[in-house]
Amino acid sequence: MDPDVILFWVVAVLSVASALTAVLHRNPVYCALALVMALFQVAVMFVALDAHLIALLQVIVYAGAIVVLFLFVIMLLSLEPDAPPRGRYGMRAASIMIAVVLGVEIGTAALISEPGAPFRVPFDFGSTRMVAQSLFTEHLLPFELTSVLLLVAMIGAVVMARRRA
Amino acid sequence: MQAPVNYYLVLAAILFAIGAFGVLLRRNVIVILMSVELMLNAVNVTFVALARKAQSVDGQVIVFFVMTVAAAEVAIGLAIILANFAQRRTVNADEIGLLRW
Repeated sequence: MDPDVILFWVVAVLSVASALTAVLHRNPVYCALALVMALFQVAVMFVALDAHLIALLQVIVYAGAIVVLFLFVIMLLSLEPDAPPRGRYGMRAASIMIAVVLGVEIGTAALISEPGAPFRVPFDFGSTRMVAQSLFTEHLLPFELTSVLLLVAMIGAVVMARRRA
Repeated sequence: MQAPVNYYLVLAAILFAIGAFGVLLRRNVIVILMSVELMLNAVNVTFVALARKAQSVDGQVIVFFVMTVAAAEVAIGLAIILANFAQRRTVNADEIGLLRW
């Protein structure tokens, strides 16, 4: 087997396992740590798909910023592990069913879509230069709007987090 | 040789379903937010896989925007959770019915 295909299977098993842990574990701290693992696996997928800049951003933004924020809030609230779920069997069965149907549906659509023969891409595909060129020419307006979004989010977070009078 | 793009699309579908499962099943709002992050990441994998297939970096640029929106969403979401916890001492989604009709 090709090393690339082996890498894919390793990443697939690890990402699904850590995603399930992140979703199912009763202690929120472990959920956050498993989430870091899953996000790292996604970064590996990005590297395998020639998106090097995006992979770097994934590690910095998600593992570095977002999950730290999650952990910070969990520690700040000093949460107890969730109580074991009791009752609500209908709801649990329904959510398992919905998730399975959703996964099978999208997965089948992806499988039967045009077979993904690997294409050769330019040597610098996904490099900072190439992504930046597209970002600052073709997508300049959305990029600038992003800064407005971040400003709004920042002000909103400050207003929300301030202690009510 | 590369693993076929379809493999990545199917894996992304599985991750998305796991995230959706978490949103539906869990009652802890922080874990629900984490599950939403997982779903966003699954979509990002799809974008990058298809960008490679289409040999265009547009998909990667969109992932950049998705990450920005996700960061903003988490900041606001956690601020709301903190403000709510300060008043009600709970992160259980069942007990937070302020906006429920």
